[in-house]
Amino acid sequence: MILTRRNLLLTAGAGLVTGCDTLGQNPTFREVLKLGEKGNFAIQRSLQQRSALAPEFNRTQISPIFRVNGTHVPAGEAYAQHTAEKFVNWRLRVEGLVNRPLAVSPAQLQQMPKRTQITRHDCVEGWSAIGEWTGAPLKLLLDAAGLKPQARYLVFHCADRMGTGEMYYESIDLIDALHPQTILAWALNGQPLSVGHGAPVRLRVERQLGYKHAKYVERIEAVADLSTVRGGKGGYWEDGSGYQWHAGI
Amino acid sequence: MPSPGTERDGRIFRHRLSTRLWHWINAVAVIVLLMSGLTISNAHPRLYWGHYGANFDAAWLTLPRFPGWATIPTGYNLALAREWHFAFAWVFAFGLLFFMLRAVMNGHFRRDIALGAKEVAPSHLWEDVKRHLHLNFETPGGGYNPLQKITYSLVLFVLLPLLILTGLTLSPGMNAVLPWLIDLFGGRQSARSVHFICASGMALFIVVHLLLVVLAGPINEVRSMITGWFRVSGEQS
Repeated sequence: MILTRRNLLLTAGAGLVTGCDTLGQNPTFREVLKLGEKGNFAIQRSLQQRSALAPEFNRTQISPIFRVNGTHVPAGEAYAQHTAEKFVNWRLRVEGLVNRPLAVSPAQLQQMPKRTQITRHDCVEGWSAIGEWTGAPLKLLLDAAGLKPQARYLVFHCADRMGTGEMYYESIDLIDALHPQTILAWALNGQPLSVGHGAPVRLRVERQLGYKHAKYVERIEAVADLSTVRGGKGGYWEDGSGYQWHAGI
Repeated sequence: MPSPGTERDGRIFRHRLSTRLWHWINAVAVIVLLMSGLTISNAHPRLYWGHYGANFDAAWLTLPRFPGWATIPTGYNLALAREWHFAFAWVFAFGLLFFMLRAVMNGHFRRDIALGAKEVAPSHLWEDVKRHLHLNFETPGGGYNPLQKITYSLVLFVLLPLLILTGLTLSPGMNAVLPWLIDLFGGRQSARSVHFICASGMALFIVVHLLLVVLAGPINEVRSMITGWFRVSGEQS
């Protein structure tokens, strides 16, 4: 190859770009890169009051159409059966490191004290939608079940199977679990939750990005450690695609 | 260490160590941030004004899909692009903070960047524009010319701080800590748009900056940003 200035620039440019790819595949360098997001988690947690609220909006600010994130319709006969039965046989179980395991029907969940909040949903891809969510504070359910002292995380097992064949799941720690805006939502904009938005019940954890807001929640498991659950990183996207467990930015 | 403005053998000491260090660290950080930012843009290449914005809402700008040679990583991988972006955001933000503290303390801003009343007089600015058009970038005394000072001020005090503030506004976690940032920019999607506009401004700055380095004598210019010494005879290139 004749080393012209143009060739030199092109080679340098290509070297820069592929060099970044090579670095990004190096496990040690990847750990160094991850320090950035770990730093984000540390600084957000140190600046946030435990109960600092995500911004709430008024009804005039609601998105005309709330875009569905993730699964649109869970595949399989079991979920189709639940839809046909209007979810009367759906049970939300609370188990794991709890003193009194629970199995709650959607009707029972709706009879619990409720919280209504107009919040903004931010997808990791960059879009935002504002909606009015109504649901039972997760704290009330946890109080009823009685967390054991060893419990540190809550894992949300969902009924939607993803493209890889794996069931969706997510997890949060106790700070987010006991946060006043963390609710198990059963209504959006005054209507029962639609299938696309996670019927009959989805998690809202308002200080984090959309993939943390598990839909079609069937089972909440209190655990001491996330490393023994599924892929060990605390969520479907965390295990499979390397997204961060704390999705605060 | 010589103080800036010291002349020796036809060379003038122009850039202190803190300026030179920050320049190169920041150059790496900004390029990584821009290229990983393009991957993040590819994830949802639509920009909106206001609090919300998604596919059913009206976008004021739909961006093209940026090709692999312009993005980090070259293939689409949003999780990895975010890791690059947030790691270098720390380098960028704290680098800027330390540079600014240093530049205030050692008088760099006051002496080299601040514009005098004479310099911003329209006739003087017009003379400077004409000098630029004749590709004459020399300033008596080796300091920055007025157009250069205006550009550096815009980058240092407008673009770079806005990039940090709008970036923080995009974080739902930080929204719970600093909700006034959302009001400042008029919503998260507005902040996202301003973030992109400022990033475009930085990309434009880099292109013009490199072009002027080449026109003004790349060897002398680059050497002065490495060693600090700038040859004033103007014949080197």
